[in-house]
Formats: sequence, structure tokens, C-alpha cells
Amino acid sequence: MISQLTLGERQLALATSAVVVALGLAMAVLGRGDLMGGQGFIVLLFGIAMLFAVMSGYYAPEPSSERLAQYYDDPIRAGIIVSMIWAIVAMFVGDWVAWLLAYPDMTFDAPWASFGRLRPVHTTGIIFGFGGNALIATSFHVLQRTSRTRLPDQFSPWFILVGYNLFCLLAVSGYLMGITQSKEYAEPEWYADIWLVVVWVSYLALYLRTLARRKEPHIYVANWYFMAFILVVAMLHIVNNLAVPLSLGSAKSYSLFSGVQDAMTQWWYGHNAVAFFLTAGFLGMMYYYLPKRAGRPIFSYRMSIIGFWGITFFYMWAGSHHLHYTALPQWVQTLGMTFSLMLLIPSWIAAANALLTLNGAWHKVRDDATLRFMMVAAVFYGLATFEGSFLAIRPVNSLSHYTDWTVAHVHAGTLGWNSMITFGAIYYLVPQLWKRPQMYSPALVEVHFWLAVAGTFVYVFAMWNSGIIQGLMWRTYNESGTLAYSFIDSVVVMHPYYVARGVGGLLFLIGSIIGFYNIWMTIRTARSSLRASADQPFAAPSSGGAMQAGE
Amino acid sequence: MGVNERDPYTGHATTGHEWNGIKELNTAVPKAVWLFLAGTFLFSLGYWILMPAWPLGTTYSKGLLGDDVRQDVAAHLEAGAANRAAWTTRIDTEDMSTILADDELMRDVRQTGRALFGDNCAVCHGLRATGGPGFPDLVDTAWLWGGTPEAVLETIRVGINSEHPETRTSQMPAFGRDQMLEQPAILDAVAYVRSLSQPEVANGPQAERAKAGQQVFADNCSSCHGEDARGNTELGAPDLTDRFWIYGGDEASVYRTVYGGREGHMPTWEKRLSETDRKILTLYVLDLPKSAP
Repeated sequence: MISQLTLGERQLALATSAVVVALGLAMAVLGRGDLMGGQGFIVLLFGIAMLFAVMSGYYAPEPSSERLAQYYDDPIRAGIIVSMIWAIVAMFVGDWVAWLLAYPDMTFDAPWASFGRLRPVHTTGIIFGFGGNALIATSFHVLQRTSRTRLPDQFSPWFILVGYNLFCLLAVSGYLMGITQSKEYAEPEWYADIWLVVVWVSYLALYLRTLARRKEPHIYVANWYFMAFILVVAMLHIVNNLAVPLSLGSAKSYSLFSGVQDAMTQWWYGHNAVAFFLTAGFLGMMYYYLPKRAGRPIFSYRMSIIGFWGITFFYMWAGSHHLHYTALPQWVQTLGMTFSLMLLIPSWIAAANALLTLNGAWHKVRDDATLRFMMVAAVFYGLATFEGSFLAIRPVNSLSHYTDWTVAHVHAGTLGWNSMITFGAIYYLVPQLWKRPQMYSPALVEVHFWLAVAGTFVYVFAMWNSGIIQGLMWRTYNESGTLAYSFIDSVVVMHPYYVARGVGGLLFLIGSIIGFYNIWMTIRTARSSLRASADQPFAAPSSGGAMQAGE
Repeated sequence: MGVNERDPYTGHATTGHEWNGIKELNTAVPKAVWLFLAGTFLFSLGYWILMPAWPLGTTYSKGLLGDDVRQDVAAHLEAGAANRAAWTTRIDTEDMSTILADDELMRDVRQTGRALFGDNCAVCHGLRATGGPGFPDLVDTAWLWGGTPEAVLETIRVGINSEHPETRTSQMPAFGRDQMLEQPAILDAVAYVRSLSQPEVANGPQAERAKAGQQVFADNCSSCHGEDARGNTELGAPDLTDRFWIYGGDEASVYRTVYGGREGHMPTWEKRLSETDRKILTLYVLDLPKSAP
């Protein structure tokens, strides 16, 4: 991997690693006696590991200029593997906390094993670790293929991928130590947030630089979505995390916002993280891999346009539906609810555009589990967005809010949509990137598919049931006109559903482990040259224009 | 691929763009899509006109219906209270011992008390109010601070060793840790105390110690627990002759109690529950031995 970097880039990588080491050292020294110190050591060790990694290939001969005629796929391969590792770790933790809810004594009296610390490990690990790495990897792939150009340099993609994972590592290790700023999906503290800003701005710069070098006259839909994802996540992340640290040596900070303004800012962030991380980014993935695998043209360019602008415009207003019936002024709740309703149509346009693209290729959906992953993802995308708009209606929300129905909704989206489209994309990518004729075992892809579908159904149905029962129990009155059930009554009733959820999650986790094994074995099997030559910038069919290799 | 190329399967024209093999059809947006877009927009428009919706500088558009969630909540709460008033006014005004005898009114108390108890008391005393190590059983007949309705209501109001200024206060000293008694004296007292409710101790191998403990008890414990060890509800000192134990009646538990002392805590509920609710809880708890099987 280092051998593909030019000498200048290797020096840059060494310098960057040295900066990370210095930062880690500074954190460890300034933060001694504070939780910051422990985080400093993690940064320090990470930087040292990077130094060793770069040094190990530092004296390798420089890459020949022939590489410039190829796409740069090394960071994509690494991103896929890292993404799968995060998936398994975070799904394991997710299933662990699912069982913890059914059997709450399994914490060994250890602070790190409490639900409050493990739950963000699951959410951050899955959204940012699994989802984020998959998005970075696939966006690099889609960007190069649809722009018919190579990434402009070899250092930036590695900086983004490795730097991003340092952020994830700091976040997750911090939770276990007890560091959090108590904002859902934005738990990492100020130093990790600042680091992510640096990484994310580099990501945006790399994306723009590559697009500027494109050999295609038009920018493909997938790139619109990836751009929206990168741009808006930067904005959300910076605004919601504005905070003042106690001191440079303290892991604790205080938010710039307070009271209901803080709640609104947080859910403007939280909902648009769903919109631009879990929706826009993954729609970018879908718009490339689904038509590619199906071998069909996108059903309607015009629907792509209204879908995209509808989603990006309406989503921005919808965050306040997370705060129905709270101290938030009623007019803000009205706007959140109505924009959520209007959002349904653009969301369904995107889902319909994907499913209609499969017209003429349904026999492939039947035979090919990889394409079926993507089809099911589009179906769940449609289901989850319908449910989202439905739950945003205030009277519906008065039943569903704070119940497991929300959890069912989120997991219909994350298991059914995000994970399925990612697995579809990964099963498409792995044989291509490692130049194999196909996956090591297509049968295991089938097994993974059915485990994932079964796990999702068991999970979502269990939580739908428990959520609606919970909501009803909390609002049931007896003949005396007082509440019929105490909260603990509803907890007792949830138990069987929590066990079912644990089982559903376990099925999904086993599927992912099988997927990882299959990917690993595909990588290990003998290299064939079957697909080696077709996937190059100059080999792509040109619509009349320059045929020269990327510079 | 030319601009006018058609997809053989759908018959739709392509846009003429191509990215690494991906083409796009120029299919028109189905009419239903426009219809639904217009429909959701019109619904929203109507909703904005009727309900509070848009910010206008320092105020906001109030909506034609004049709806206000704060007033809605207040009205709901009022209606709910009016609905319950038929029986809650009786709880407020009537004597508690009279209510306990009124089976019809007690049905309301039982229904309401169950959820109140579950949400506020069960965390410590258990869903069935049978307590657990450190937390008194409320179904048994033993009462630390008295079992009359008035005494129980007062305990709920001020709590035990709580931050309420009128809190009930009680502390069992740490006779061992604070070196008020020597080790053999503690063991004697433990044996004696246990022998009061457990004949097998009085007659067993510890009979000697139990006998010796009587003097230790008289010198050190009787001021709170009484000469006869039957306790004192004025001080919250438990009866040691009955078979009920808060912290356990086995030798090790009683030893720990005498050696390290005890200082139980019950929160004050005066600011968290209305007087009506506290009364309902009192009645519910006192009724438990009758209603529980």
C-alpha cells in the first residue's frame, strides 16, 4: 500500500503521523489526571502505529507512472475491510445491549459494561464505523468510475480513511471510559469533533478536486447525493458541536446552546444525520450499484432530479418532529410535521426510481442475492420513509414517542435499508476490486441474505409490537380515571419482545459474520486476471471525447 | 449512444448521458407523483392556515383555529381531574379509617394505588410491597413508625432520614466499628436478640451467650428498643421479638447490624406527590394485607 505512494507523499504521511504522535503526547500530558489523558495515549499509539506502517514501506521503489492510467483502489479495499470489522464489532455490541435490556443484570458491576456506555458504542460503531467507512469506500469508487478519472493523489484518500477511523476509535473508547457530551449520535467530545472537521474538510476537498478532473461532461446522480452527504454533514457536525471545553487538558466541554434551543439544534442535527448520512449517502451508493448490477438504465432521470431536490430541501425542516409535545413552541412542531409529510413523496420517488429500474431485470433479482440485497434495501427504504412521515404526525407521535416503535422504525431503516444496500454494494465490489471472477461462495451470499432478512423482520416486528403495547399501556386509564399501569408493568410486558429482538439481532449478526468470512475467503483465493483490464479510466466506453489516460 | 436511443424493454428514450455503462431513461414523472406532491403541499398549506405555523419576527402565525397546546393540556388535566373528583373529593375530606371500611371507594383506591405504588415505591419495596434486604416489607404487621393511617401518611410525607426539615430521624449506632462494645459483648448481644424470636437459638449451643447478652442489651439497646425489646415507633426502633427482619435475622446479618449500625433512608414525597396521592398510597398500603392473597 505504501509502495503506491510517491516519495513526497510518503514524507507527507510521515509528517502527518508525527503530528498525530505530537497531538497524542500533548493530550496525554495536558490531560493527565483527566479522562483526556487516556484518550491521549490512544492517539499516541495510533500515531506510532501509523509511523511504523509508513516506515515499513518507505524505501520501496516509487510507483511507476503507469499507475496513473488506473483507478486508485487501495483505500477502497481497506475501507471495505475496516467497514466490515466495525459492522461485526458494533452489531455484536448492539445485540449485547439488546440482551442487556431483557436481562439487565449482565453488567458485571463494571461501569464500562453499563447500558449507558455500551449503547453509544453500538450506534457510533454501526453508523459511523460501518456506515461511514462503507460510504467513504464506495464514494471513492463511484466518484472515480462516474468521473472516469483517478483520484488526484494517493495521500488524501488515506488521510481521510485513517483519520476518520481515528475519530471513530476515540469516540468509542471515550464512551467506555465515560466520556460523552450527551447528544445522541453526537456524543464525542470537542477534541474528537475538531479532528473530524479536519478529516471531513479534506474529504470535501478531495471530492471537489476529483470532480473537477472528470472526463465526463455531466455529474452523475450518485455524486449529487455523495456531495450533499459530505457538505451537509460538515455543516451539521460543526454547528451542533459548538462547545467550550473546560480547559485544553479536559475532556469535558459545555455546549454553546442550552434549554429548548439546545434540544432543537440537537434534533436538527440528529434528524439530518439520518437524512444526509443514512439517506443521501446511501442513496448515492444505490444509484450506482443497483443499475450497475441490474444492467439496466435508471428508470427516470427526471425523477432523480425531483427526488434529490425534494429530499435535500424538505429534510432540513423536519427535525422538530423529534420534539412533539415538548417545550418546543407549537409552530415549530407544525413545521416539522408538515415538512415531514411533504418529504414522503420525494423519498418514495427515490425508492420507486430504484425499483422501476429493476424492470427488465427481475429474473436477475430472483437469481442473484447481491442484487436482491439492493432490491430489499429499496423496499425497506420506502417502508421506513413512509413510517417516518407517519410517526411525524403529532397525534400518531403521541402514541409512538419514547416507545420501542421508534426503535423499530430506526432499525427498519438501518438493518433493512442501510445495511442491505451496503452488503449489496460490497458483494458487487469485492470480486471486482480483488479481481476475482465471483465471490468465494455465492451460496453463502444467499445464506447471508436470508439471515439478514429474517433478522430484520424478527427485530422490527418484535419492536413494533412492544412499542405499540408500551404506548397503549402508558395511556390506558381505568374506571377510576387514573392510569391503569405503572411504568414497571410495561417493562415486564416488554420482556418477551426484548428476547425476540435479541434473537433477531443475533440472526443479523451471524449473517454479517458469514459475509465477512466469505469476503475474506474471496480475497484469499487465487488471483485471476479475468476482470483485470476492463475496469480502467481509458477503457470505459467514451461518448466521443478524449481517450487519453488520466494524468 | 445517441440522444434519441430508446431502451428496448420500456420503449423510453435515454438522456444520452452515460457513466461507466450506466445510462438514464428520460421517462416523464408519473402524474400520480405530481398529484401526491400537490396533495401533501395543499394539506400542509391548510394546516399552516389553521394551526400555529410560521415565525413572524417576535411572534408567529396563530392559525384560524386558535389552537394552543398549552391550553389543550391544561383543559385535558382539568377534565381528567373533574372526572375523578367524584371519588377523590371523598379521599380528601373523609376520615381514612372510614374509607378503609368503604369497599366501593377502596376499589378506586386499589386501582389507582397499584400504578402509583408501581411508579414511586416499588423500586425499593418491590412490586408486591414485600420489601427486600434493607427495605421493609409493607404487607407484614410490623411498622417502624406506627401502622395507623395517620402515622403511615406522615412517614410518606416527611420520609425517613430525608432532607425534609421535619423528617423522621433514626439511627442505629455502630457499636463495633465505633468501639462502644467489645467483640464478645457484641456476640452476646447478637445471640440474645436472636433468641427473642428464635427459640432454637435460646436452647441451642449459643444459649450461654444469649443469657449473657441480656445484660448487654439492657445496658446498651433497651433505651431505643425498650426493656422488652418490642421496639418504639416514636424512635423508629424495630420490634426485635417478632419474626420480621429488615436487614436479616441470621447471625451474620444481625452481627453486621450491631457492629456497623444502620441508617435507612426513605425519601420525602411531600413535593413529588399531591396530598390526595399520598393518602391513596397510605390507604393502598394499609389495605394490602387484606387484598393480597
